[in-house]
Formats: sequence, structure tokens, C-alpha cells
Amino acid sequence: MKPAEYYMRDRQHHAPALTPDYKTSITRSPQYALLSLENSLSEITGPVFSHNDIDALDNDLIKNYSHGGDPIGERIIVHGRVLDENARPVPNTMVEIWQANAGGRYRHKKDTYLAPIDPNFGGCGRTMTDADGYYYFRTVKPGAYPWRNWVNNWRPAHIHVSIFGAAFAQRLITQLYFEGDPLIAKCPIVQTVPDPQAIDQMVAKLDMNATIPLDSIAYRFDIVLRGRRSTLFENRLEGN
Amino acid sequence: MNYLKETPSQTAGPYVHIGLAPKAAGFDIFKQELGWDIAGPNAKGERIRVEGCVYDGTGAPVKDVLLEAWQANAVGHYAHPEDGREVEDGFRGWGRVITDFDTGLWGFDTVKPGATQGRNGMTQAPHINLWIVARGINLGLNTRLYFADEDNSNDPVLNLIEQTHRRQTLIASRDEDSKGVTYRFDIHIQGTGETVFLDI
Repeated sequence: MKPAEYYMRDRQHHAPALTPDYKTSITRSPQYALLSLENSLSEITGPVFSHNDIDALDNDLIKNYSHGGDPIGERIIVHGRVLDENARPVPNTMVEIWQANAGGRYRHKKDTYLAPIDPNFGGCGRTMTDADGYYYFRTVKPGAYPWRNWVNNWRPAHIHVSIFGAAFAQRLITQLYFEGDPLIAKCPIVQTVPDPQAIDQMVAKLDMNATIPLDSIAYRFDIVLRGRRSTLFENRLEGN
Repeated sequence: MNYLKETPSQTAGPYVHIGLAPKAAGFDIFKQELGWDIAGPNAKGERIRVEGCVYDGTGAPVKDVLLEAWQANAVGHYAHPEDGREVEDGFRGWGRVITDFDTGLWGFDTVKPGATQGRNGMTQAPHINLWIVARGINLGLNTRLYFADEDNSNDPVLNLIEQTHRRQTLIASRDEDSKGVTYRFDIHIQGTGETVFLDI
């Protein structure tokens, strides 16, 4: 089968570049229209990773930065599938996450929030999806934290998620929020996304079936990347 | 058809380094961080360095930006099954680039890519595909870096840019000295000289 294009990215489903309530976007948003391209080989290809690129413990944030103990916080499992817009699994793709610790503090030299660093928590992990597009991480639930936007803004608890897919056109970074968090509705970053149903796609759901009794609570988070046409009739994408 | 919708993008935020470049955040956790070696030791072709700075709408450097580069090898092959042609052992063609936190300058070493297949039998001039994320950027910005010393006149993407003077925003200047070849590519997110960004 000839390689085919990805579906046009629905930019009305995403946040616009300029979202004044999220102040930093004001000077970091292009003013001119994007140049729309039909996919070439440059866009339908993208980096390929393998299990050799990562370690077995990389998806376990409770153990991957342990310095003689476990991190403090609510033990959680975050799991789900990476699918495309055709609802097909995206297998063997890299998923990376990063987050604050249970107190809302990042292990980053630029984070100066007064909540303490956790000596046993790095706050990052990565894994590859399996043949069904399935992935999972074990971590602690991140805390909410204040940030400078308006005088009093708090980020809802969240985990940053980076996904590659099979092509540079599918590359995506998003954030995972937790079901029931009242800060979601108040966050100018979450609310850059105009459609409430789209926001709901970023909210991980409590998953009692995956919860491990007497051990860890589970949240389900399915991720959808751009889909693509299955056939190409003419005007071939490839050269000769 | 019951199509799903793409998960919405959110900003990578100021602490993107924790996840994607933890040593820059100030700690050592992974056996190997990804994206530091774009071309690998066996890649043929001209070894080059690419340097630049990303500027915001006020003209200030964006010091917390992260870029990813995606490129073909020196003969225009992508290391991907849908290209399918051979690349050198160890050539991935993908890199991750962060700034000096004090200056906002970034740079990476690679090989100069060759011309690649375009659509409908056309040829694309040599280029590096770039993806830019940062605090304040809600959805990653795509652009391309072309090379000033190449013939870019028939490139199908550059030729789509209606205001011809804006094509220059995608062309890196070349400088050569005893240390080697360096291309300079500054990116202006907004305002005077705004870089052409792509909806791919």
C-alpha cells in the first residue's frame, strides 16, 4: 500500500495560539497564518524508537529515582491506550511523562516553589506502547501548585505527556488531569481549549478495575493521535 | 464512521526539561537521554553545526524553548519504514535541542541532509524539519530550516509562501571557519521578521 496522508489537524479542536488569559501566549503566538502543507515524506516519517532506548524501570516513577526509599504521596497507576483517529492502536511508540511531586514541587533548577523536593522522586518516566497501543506508568499523584499569571492561579494536579506516534505529523504534547479536580475549571491553561468535550479528553478517569487493592489507585488515560487515510488513489505522495 | 478526535495539545510548560532533558533540569536519572546524537558516528556527508535563538514578540530570547529536529541523511533518506531506503548504522535523524538558560542560544551537530522526495514526483531542497514547544505555546510550532548555499528555487514548500520575502525566514546562513561549518537559524515567533510556520 502506498503511504497516505494524515487527516488534517483540526485546529478548531485545539487551543488557538493566542489565548490572552494565559498571558505568556500573548508574545509567543504567531500573528500570521500558518502555511498549510499537504504531507510529504518529511511529515509522514518520524523517529523510530525501540526498547533498547529505555530501561525496564523507566516507567516506574516510584522506583526510578529511589534513594533508599519510596516517594511520599498517593500511589497511582496511569494507564491506557494510544489510538489514532480511526480508533486503531498506535503500537511501539514512545510515551514520556513528567510531573511535580506530591507537594506540587518540580525537580527543576528553575522551580522555586516553597514546597519541598522529595529525595526519592525524580518526576519523569518513559515507556513504549505494546502491540495493542497499551502503556502504563506507576507514580505518585502530583500536587497542585501556584503559578504566576494572575495574582492567584493554581495549576490543577497534572502530568505532562509527550507522544511521538509513527510520524512527525503526529507529534503531540498534552497534559493529563484527574477526574473531579475543581481546579480544572479555573485553570487558564486548561481553558485555552475551547470545547468542553475536548477538555474532557484530557481528564483521566478513576479506573477501579485496574486499581490494585491495598496498594495503588488507577486512572485511565487514552490518548488519540491524528489518523490517516487508508488509500491513496492518485497524485502520489512519493516520487517515482 | 465513528472517528475519534485528536487529544488536544497543551503547552510543554517551563519544566519540559524534567521529562525530555532531565540533566538540564539538574538531575541524572536515565541511562541515556534521547536525541543528543542526531546523525550517529557512521553518517556520511558534511558534518555541520546549526545554531540559533528563538525570539518572542518583544524581541526577547525564549530561554525555556525545546526544539526537535527531524531530517534525512546526506542522500535524502529518512530512517523510517515508510521511506524504506537504507541509512547508515546509527543514523536516526532525530534530535532534541534545548537552550543555554542564560542566553537562550541553542545548537546541535549533525550532517547536512540531502534533497528529499516531494509530492507528485517533485524534489524538496535539503531541509531540517523543526518542532518548537515552550511555555506559552499551546500547540507545537512546525517549521523548516533550509540552507543558504543550496539551490532552493524549485522547492515546492518555499514556493508556496506568497510573500516571497518571507521565504528568507526559513533559510539558514552559512559560516565556515577553522572549527567547521556552522549554519545560523534564528526563529521569530511573532512580529517583525516572523518565521513562516507550517500546518503540516
